[in-house]
Amino acid sequence: MVLAEHTGGQVSDGTHELIAKAHELASVLGGLTEVALLGRADLAGQLGGADVVVAVDHPALSEYLPEAYERTLLEVLAQRSPRLLLMSNGTIGLDLAPALSVRWDAPLATYVSGLKIDEGAMIATAQILGGKVLVDVELPGERGIATVLGGAFGAEAGQSSGDTEVVHLAPPPELDVPRMSLRQVFEPDGGDLDISSAEMLVSVGRGIESQDNMEIVEELADALGVPLSASRPVVDAGWLPKTRQVGQSGLKVKPRVYLALGISGAPEHLEGMRNAELIIACNTDPGAPIFGVAHYGTTVDLFDLVPELVGKVRG
Amino acid sequence: MRIVVPMKAVPDLVEEIELNEDETGIDPAYLTYVLGEWDSQALEEALLLKDAIGAEVVAVGLAEDPEIDQILYTALAKGADAAVKIAGAGAEASSGPAGIKIADRAALLAGYLKVQPADLVISGVQAADDLEGQLPPTLGALLDLPHVSVAVSVEVDGGSAIVRQEFAGGRSHELQVTMPVVIGVQSARQAPRYAPITRIKQAMQAGPLTELTVSLPLARKGAVVRRMHRPETSGQAEMLTGDAAAVADQIVGLLRARGLVKG
Repeated sequence: MVLAEHTGGQVSDGTHELIAKAHELASVLGGLTEVALLGRADLAGQLGGADVVVAVDHPALSEYLPEAYERTLLEVLAQRSPRLLLMSNGTIGLDLAPALSVRWDAPLATYVSGLKIDEGAMIATAQILGGKVLVDVELPGERGIATVLGGAFGAEAGQSSGDTEVVHLAPPPELDVPRMSLRQVFEPDGGDLDISSAEMLVSVGRGIESQDNMEIVEELADALGVPLSASRPVVDAGWLPKTRQVGQSGLKVKPRVYLALGISGAPEHLEGMRNAELIIACNTDPGAPIFGVAHYGTTVDLFDLVPELVGKVRG
Repeated sequence: MRIVVPMKAVPDLVEEIELNEDETGIDPAYLTYVLGEWDSQALEEALLLKDAIGAEVVAVGLAEDPEIDQILYTALAKGADAAVKIAGAGAEASSGPAGIKIADRAALLAGYLKVQPADLVISGVQAADDLEGQLPPTLGALLDLPHVSVAVSVEVDGGSAIVRQEFAGGRSHELQVTMPVVIGVQSARQAPRYAPITRIKQAMQAGPLTELTVSLPLARKGAVVRRMHRPETSGQAEMLTGDAAAVADQIVGLLRARGLVKG
C-alpha cells in the first residue's frame, strides 16, 4: 500500500514512484497495489497505476494534518492489512511513519533507497549518517513500513492507467474530536530570485565553515554572474535566505551546471539537485556521497580552489 | 510551563566512519561524537520560548549515551534550568547501528515523561544515525500525545502550541495543537546560541547531574540489520587531478565549453 501525497489537486511525483515499486513487489509476492488517498477522493483518476484506491474523505483531511492523517491511516491499515506501507521520506513520512510503526506494531525502515524481496524476506536498503553508510535491513513479520527517498525509483510504471477499483471508507470518529487544527497555509515566499530557473548555480555547504567565509563564494558567484545557493546547514545557520536552499526541504533544481562546494551530499540534498545536467563537486572527503552523483569531482580544499576559479573566470 | 528537551550525541560526520568486521555495525573505536545538529536547534527553540514566556527548560539524555555529560552541561550553560540523565533498569537497551535503538530510547524517555510530565517536549526532528524512524513521533505515539515534526517555529497561545510545520519547496502550515504535545524541530527561529566555556565550567562545578532510573519495557520486534556497506561512489565522478590551479583550469574549461564563461 502506498500513501498518496497531493498538493493543490496534484498527486506528487513521489507517489507515482512508490506505486511503480509497489507493483514490482506485489508481482513478486502475488498481491495487489493499493493506494490510500486521504481528503481528495476526486483525485483517484490520477492514480491509474494502482489496482485499488482506498479513499477517505473528511474536512479535517483536505490539507495534511498529522493527527487526522495518522488516525485515518490506522483505520485504513486495520481494514486492508497490507504487507508493506510505502511513504515518501518527506515531512509526512517523517511525521507519521514512526508513530504508525508503534501503533500498527510494524517494523520501519527510513531513508530507503532500495527495496527487494529476497527468498520471501522484505529487504530495505536505508541510508544513515548523511548517506555515508547504507544498511540492508529485513522487515520481518507480516507487515512493515518504509519511507522512501525521492528519485530512488522510476515513476513511469506508476503513471500508467488501468482498471482501478475505488473503495470508499468512512472516516474514523476521532476526527470529530481533534487535538490539532490547521490555522493557516503559507505558500512559498518568492524571495529575491528563483534559483530553480538559473542556468548555473554555485552552491555551498557546511564545508564553508563560517559566515565570514561566505564572501569568497559570493565573489565566485558574482564573477560567473550566477546565483549562490546552499545546502540546509548554511541556511539554518542564517548565512543565506531560505529561498536559496536546494534539497528536500528547499527547492529542486535542474541547472545546466551545479558547482557544489563543501557539500557532502546528504540524501535530502541529492534529492534536490541530482538531475542537474552537469555536477562538479569539491569536497576534501573522497568518500563524500556527493561524488556518487557528480560528473566531475575534486578533493582540493575549496579555500584553495575558489580564489583560483575567481582569478581565471575574471581573466 | 515545563519544556523537556531530549538530546543525544551522534557520530561526527566530519570524521572517517569505519564498519565493524562482520559489517553489521559501525566500529565505535574510530568514532567521535557531537551533539546532533537538530537537537541543538530544538534546544534553541525551547530557550527562545523560555526567553519569551518564562518556561522551565529541562534537558534530558540517556545515561548510556556517549558525551552526554558534556551535552547536558552545555545545555545548562546555554540557559536550561535543569538537566537529567535517564538510566534504564530491568533490561539491557538494544543497540542500533551507532547507539541505543530508537524504540528503547523512546520507551525510556516515555517512562520519564510519565513520572515528570511536560507541557511541551521539543527534540530534534531526526538524528544522523536514525535507522528505524525518528524520536518525536515514536515518543508521541507511546505517550498517546499529539506530535508534529519538521517544525520551524514553536509558540504558545494559552493552552495551545502554535507550530509551523514545513514541507518541500518552502510551503508551510501553521497548526494549533492542544498541549501537551511532542515536537520535532527542523530549525529554530534563530541560529543556536553559543555557550561560553566559562559558563560550561560553572555548570560542571555546580555539581553532578540528576540521574533517574526508569524501567524499560520489553522491546518490540524491529527491523533486523543484515549488512552495512558503503555507497558506490567510485567510478561515478571523474576526479580532476593536480593542484588547485590545475583543477580550476579544468573546471573553467568545462564551463567555457558550455558557454558559461566567455573567452
